[in-house]
Amino acid sequence: MNDWVIAIIKVVFIWVWTLLVAVVMTWVERRGAAMIQDRLGPNRAGPFGLFQPLADGIKLFTKEDIIPANANRILFILGPILFSLPAFSAYAVVPFGDKIVIAGKEIILQVSDVNVGFLYVVALGSMAVYGVIVGGWASNNKFSILGGLRSTAQLISYEVPWGLALLAAALVYGTFSLREISIAQQGTFLGFLPNWGIFRQPLGFLLFIVAAYAEANRVPFDLPEAESEIVAGYHTEYGSMRLGLYLFGEYVNLCTLSALMVTLYFGSWHLPYLNMEAFLGPISYGIASFLVFFLKVSFFLWLFVWVRWTVPRFRYDQVMGLGWKSLIPLALANLFVTALAIQLTV
Amino acid sequence: MVNECVVNAGHSTGDYVTINIGPSHPAMHGTLRVIAQTDGETVVKADPEIGYLHRGVEKLGEHLTYHQFIPITDRLNYCSAIANNVSYEMAVEKLMGLEVPEKAQLIRVIMTELARIADHQVLVGILGVDLGAFTPFFYLIIQREEIYEIFEWYNGARLTNTFGRIGGVEADLPDDFDARWRELRPNLFKAIDETDKLLTHNRIWMDRTIGVTAFSPEDALAWGFTGPCLRACGVKRDLRKDEPYGLYDRFTFDVPIGKNGDVFDRYMIRMKEMEESIKIIDQAYAMYQEMAPDAPLMAKVPKVIKPPVGEVYHATEAPNGELGFFIKSDGSDKPYRIKIRPPCYMVYQAFPELVKGEMIADLIACLSSLNVIAGELDR
Repeated sequence: MNDWVIAIIKVVFIWVWTLLVAVVMTWVERRGAAMIQDRLGPNRAGPFGLFQPLADGIKLFTKEDIIPANANRILFILGPILFSLPAFSAYAVVPFGDKIVIAGKEIILQVSDVNVGFLYVVALGSMAVYGVIVGGWASNNKFSILGGLRSTAQLISYEVPWGLALLAAALVYGTFSLREISIAQQGTFLGFLPNWGIFRQPLGFLLFIVAAYAEANRVPFDLPEAESEIVAGYHTEYGSMRLGLYLFGEYVNLCTLSALMVTLYFGSWHLPYLNMEAFLGPISYGIASFLVFFLKVSFFLWLFVWVRWTVPRFRYDQVMGLGWKSLIPLALANLFVTALAIQLTV
Repeated sequence: MVNECVVNAGHSTGDYVTINIGPSHPAMHGTLRVIAQTDGETVVKADPEIGYLHRGVEKLGEHLTYHQFIPITDRLNYCSAIANNVSYEMAVEKLMGLEVPEKAQLIRVIMTELARIADHQVLVGILGVDLGAFTPFFYLIIQREEIYEIFEWYNGARLTNTFGRIGGVEADLPDDFDARWRELRPNLFKAIDETDKLLTHNRIWMDRTIGVTAFSPEDALAWGFTGPCLRACGVKRDLRKDEPYGLYDRFTFDVPIGKNGDVFDRYMIRMKEMEESIKIIDQAYAMYQEMAPDAPLMAKVPKVIKPPVGEVYHATEAPNGELGFFIKSDGSDKPYRIKIRPPCYMVYQAFPELVKGEMIADLIACLSSLNVIAGELDR
């Protein structure tokens, strides 16, 4: 019974937390863009414009919900849901901290420690493409279908290097469980480096981050919704909260991808050269590990914003070229070298 | 139809999807419209449809006096209204055989070159936006605002300036021009430099622009290209140098030329021309400062302008290329006929040729780099 309550608390906590981060991210994105572009950004609603996401949410909810006359109604409604659900669900297997001991009961800070965590994440990542293609197709708009097609090609192409990078990481740690990977990153590597995934898999991380940007449809891979070319891509016909779900799903996706990057390559909740568990109390350690994890995630979230407002966008054939001609061979080589190294050292 | 789209997405099937880009589309500057036949992402045929912004400017000219037509010229290339004003005024002056005082000419040069910088800033910024790079746009547009401040300080208008009069200019430069220019000048260089750092050597930017919609010099000349688009193809032709008008033969400046005539070259030409314009303004302003404070600003012009019977064609180097005004006078106070030769019109006619076989994203980049301004195109 008690386990059930804890599980529900954890689910609700991580759900609310992700939601909150996604909401704040819309604000960070706009204020960050303004900062980079030498302007102010939204600063009217609340202190520093912090209530802007709230105002946007109210606006989106109260707007008229329009479904185009020739759209496929069922799929049109299904699209945004298919897009945002997997993004949330993927978070379930990502550990957001080590453990917290309350009243003698050890609670791991992770909704569920699945032993195939990796595969689960990859599977859900592939699900998101349905939301995009279904939405793009159901809209019955040429720009939408173009956006949907671009997105499908891109997501499927980049899932390969993404998966291969993950596979190399799995080889290094010998497990599919994200929690076990996190625990394995404590201590130092080669005596002086923090024992983080990035030092064991530098190329893997590079591949992962590039593929992650493509998976998230972010600049420079934002061509599924390239405003200057195909208006708004797959969500051209969407309005009100349905559009909101797409935009929101994107930010939740960013959270998930950032969390994955931190978990796999940046030592999850570990601080370099410092074992927090040794000198912090059980409760404060739990909170501290969560905060450290979240701080790292915040950095990658900011990186998404930073990159978005810095670089131009690829062209469709260039995206495909980069994916198939550079990333996949590199990912295969990385996998091969990793496997060889493990074979020779173990 | 959705089903059609999916079935025809294969290559070289001969069945193409028609995509209607514009007249209301985020990438269309003004009210341009391109009807594109696409084969997947490839543009098979692009059909520009012009005329959405046609206001009958040339016909209007026949019903307005010579001075009343100046505000109409603002609405041609609205990114650099002053260049149009000056071009028209010079044509009328040439028809009347007026000698414009030197000081007025210097003010014209300063203002025209500022307008050229503003125009190029908009182009480079928008090109960036169209290729997905938002930030340089703001770096440039903030400085363009400062240029507009100078315009506003000079004659109260920011966009449609209605600058100058036939026979000279209406007012001297404002007192604080010196301070404003000295503040603006380094900022302009900084904005250009920042844009250069963000874009020019950016791998993605280079991939997106180099070799895209390249054009040979012969083709460019045959299609009637002028201005930066022609110079990008490697033809060194600048009316300010080749057929100097006004005081342009007194200034030393370079005419940057490109090599391939692709989007990258068009972008680079504009970047370099901004710096050349600053050079010209420096020289013109130095000459201006040596002039007597009470030097005349207007030639002796009658109150009602009635040019002698005859016709004239006068072309200047506007930011977009050769902007020509043909004026036929029947001796009355209104022109018998005004014909405008906008640079965009000639450049845009090659557009279907340029984008044939390129991708949709390149179509947008090409259109952006040609700087087709609907106001000037449709008139």
